[in-house]
Amino acid sequence: MVNENRVEIRNLTVRYGKTISLHDVSLDIPRNKIFAIIGPANSGKTTLLKSINRTLELESGSSVQGNITIDGREIHEIWNVYELRRRIGMVFPLPVGLPLSVYDNVAYAPRMAGERRRKVLDEIVERCLRQAALWDEVKDRLKNLGTMLSGGQQQRLTIARALSHSPEILCLDEFSIAIDPVTTMRIEDVLVQLKEEMTIILVTNLVQQARRLGDMTCFINKGRVVQVDTTEVMFSDNPGNQLTYDYVRGVFG
Amino acid sequence: MAIPQKKITAANIFQWLWKWIRQLCEWFIVGLIYLCGVSSIIFVFSIFYFVFREGAPFLRDCFDFKNFFLSPEWYPTSISNKRYGILALLAGTGSVTIVAMLVAVPFSLGTAIFIAEFCKKKTKEAMKIVVEILAAIPSVVWGFIGLMVTNPLIVKLTGAPIGLNALNAGIIVGLMSVPIIVSIAEDSIRAVPDGYIEAAEALGATRWQTVYRVILPAAKNGLLAAVLLGVGRAVGETMAVLMATGHSVNIPFNGEFPYFHALESVRTLTATIVAEMGEAPRLDAGMNGSFPAEARHYQVLFVIGIVLFVITFVINTIADLAVKGIRQKKV
Amino acid sequence: MNNHQPEISSALFTATVFTRKKQRMQRIVGIVFGIMAVAILIPLFVLVTYLIIRAWPSLTWDFLTDVPKNGMRGGGIWPALVGTIYTVTFSLLIAVPIGVMAGIYLNEYAKDSWFTRIVNMAVVNLAGVPSIVHALFGVGAFVLFAGMGKSIISASFTLAIMTLPVIIVSTTEALASVPRPFRTACWNVGASKWQTIRTIVLPNSISGILTGVILQVCRAAGETAPIMFTGAVFFKYVQRGDFFPYHLNEQCMALSYHLHTISTQVPGVPEPMLYATAVVLLGFVLIFNSFAIVLRVYMRNRKKW
Repeated sequence: MVNENRVEIRNLTVRYGKTISLHDVSLDIPRNKIFAIIGPANSGKTTLLKSINRTLELESGSSVQGNITIDGREIHEIWNVYELRRRIGMVFPLPVGLPLSVYDNVAYAPRMAGERRRKVLDEIVERCLRQAALWDEVKDRLKNLGTMLSGGQQQRLTIARALSHSPEILCLDEFSIAIDPVTTMRIEDVLVQLKEEMTIILVTNLVQQARRLGDMTCFINKGRVVQVDTTEVMFSDNPGNQLTYDYVRGVFG
Repeated sequence: MAIPQKKITAANIFQWLWKWIRQLCEWFIVGLIYLCGVSSIIFVFSIFYFVFREGAPFLRDCFDFKNFFLSPEWYPTSISNKRYGILALLAGTGSVTIVAMLVAVPFSLGTAIFIAEFCKKKTKEAMKIVVEILAAIPSVVWGFIGLMVTNPLIVKLTGAPIGLNALNAGIIVGLMSVPIIVSIAEDSIRAVPDGYIEAAEALGATRWQTVYRVILPAAKNGLLAAVLLGVGRAVGETMAVLMATGHSVNIPFNGEFPYFHALESVRTLTATIVAEMGEAPRLDAGMNGSFPAEARHYQVLFVIGIVLFVITFVINTIADLAVKGIRQKKV
Repeated sequence: MNNHQPEISSALFTATVFTRKKQRMQRIVGIVFGIMAVAILIPLFVLVTYLIIRAWPSLTWDFLTDVPKNGMRGGGIWPALVGTIYTVTFSLLIAVPIGVMAGIYLNEYAKDSWFTRIVNMAVVNLAGVPSIVHALFGVGAFVLFAGMGKSIISASFTLAIMTLPVIIVSTTEALASVPRPFRTACWNVGASKWQTIRTIVLPNSISGILTGVILQVCRAAGETAPIMFTGAVFFKYVQRGDFFPYHLNEQCMALSYHLHTISTQVPGVPEPMLYATAVVLLGFVLIFNSFAIVLRVYMRNRKKW
């Protein structure tokens, strides 16, 4: 384990048809840290996450150039793409409870990976729901439909599902949009604990959230990386880049 | 990444095998899905191929454009002089289609507009169900209705000598093509962006003005497709026209007023195939490779099949292109 | 209408002559379209009622389970009924797997390319090919080329290919009604496309697919031309009430063809019998159709999201 960086992105360019949504992005994402990505809407943050777990190639019209390595392995050469996706947990802004019971929602990923032992599944479900701060609310109705939970609960269910296959990297894309501040704070606490075990990439549009949680912060604008630095520097009075300063202070964006 | 070294045990090997079996099954299923996906192309081509195959000897040996398409003389079973002219059959198909569209188009478009814009949700659901039931009635039952119900009715109402004629078949076929016209037309009316309608209504237009000035022009491609599909349906209809047209080779058009005599019996392309297929023997070529004259009847029926295939293919393709327009707008 | 105007209405809110004219126009137009809609529906009810009334004397249990007698002029329709069930069942067995998988291909796997457009066009054209051309195809391909002869199996193949588009289209629509985020969510946790389809997409669209299958049954049961030259026969001796009278490689009687023959080829069949045969065929189709409708209503009321 010589390499400090978990994910390395080199010269990544992503196109949707003719529009370029990521332009020559290079990033190093360090191990066991929370790496926050901030930037205005439409700047390519979500695309970046999608290209890390290669779900981008399922969308028609997209083309990817450049290299992404995880632990030194080029992901586009990984033959079993499902194995790759199982190592990356992904949470998207809008909560998606699958039309299955709460239990099956969380047990879905292990089952698809071939796990069938009831005892193991029970353990996973309980652990993940606890980690996502949802266990107390749903432990009596694990059989209910996941889609019938409230929006905030569904979002935590989504996080639990993302944790269920014990990912090494957890990507969160503006997870707090659909949930209330109290739950957000609870999940943020969870994230801080989780960083012991995994690398967390946090895309957020709340600058203050990045400041609270991020060890490193990256500012992306219009598909280009403007600045990457430790959070202290980024949010200091002199981040070294006028654009970053303006965005962090809310002058534009 | 450091892959933890697994011990090679029986359980591990079993797990590994199981994983591969599952993977293989999945590939197999996905392969099947791709195969079935392209199957409709294969089917369309093989329909053309097999119909063409049976009709090919006729096309090769005795096909003559002028005598085939422009001659009304259809005497396939004449002993001395067999003649295969399908003009009268084309005219029969044409006349039935014209009457059918005269019946179906106004009523179907009216119904579609009513369903899409003028009625409440409950009525809408009920109407759609009824239209669906209309679509479900088998064509042989329609033919039976033409034979037993509308036949005497037409004789009584118009004083025509026989009730089995282009008018009868046209009404029946018209009713049969109502459902498809209604459903496609309603789809295309609903595909008109809500913004257009809201804008028109915000300007104070009444519902009718909105429909007439905004919705119909915006949906005109879809409406055209609906009518075309109706025409395709009418041209291809078989059993109902067999039973309701009276089945006599006759051109119902002439120079006399009113030019189109809907009360005359006719015979269509489809009905000809269905009626004569049973009597026409399939004969093989003789020793010298040429077919006996009796074999031509069977072959010419397949040639008519090709003609029908081509007509409906063109109509459906145009309709499909027109519908594509609205589908894309919807997304 | 001469409504009493409320006294407090100010000039601003009273309708001008022009507006009132417009409103009257609107009402008239609505009524006209309503009449048009009703005008095509009334014949349906009138016809169905008329058929049933005329058929009533012959519609008995015996009529359904008896074999034709006196050269079709008496007895019942049992062999034809069983024959229809045979051809429909086998066409179903052929068409459903192919159709459902083709629907899955079109909605889940096909990329937005020229090839997909061609596949779609082929489906539309397959649906639009006249039934008699399908019959010719059946003769050329199954009866002659594949050497199946005139048999239930050739008839079933012909019906299956003819009704395939019904299943493809309804499967595609049913699958498309499952929201896309469910799929991305599954892909993100490492499920493959097929796993996603099997666990999430299919279970949630099964009722839509079933609707298509039922509609296929309706169409297959009602078609006459395609089976006329591929497997239907004028008369076949069958024991009364025998459920398995046919072999797959022999011809069979079919309800639709039976109706055609007794109403056009056999002179002197008593009228109530004709009507009764038509009503049984119609009833068969309409009962199945109402299943489809009920299923759809049920499905709409049981949304899971």
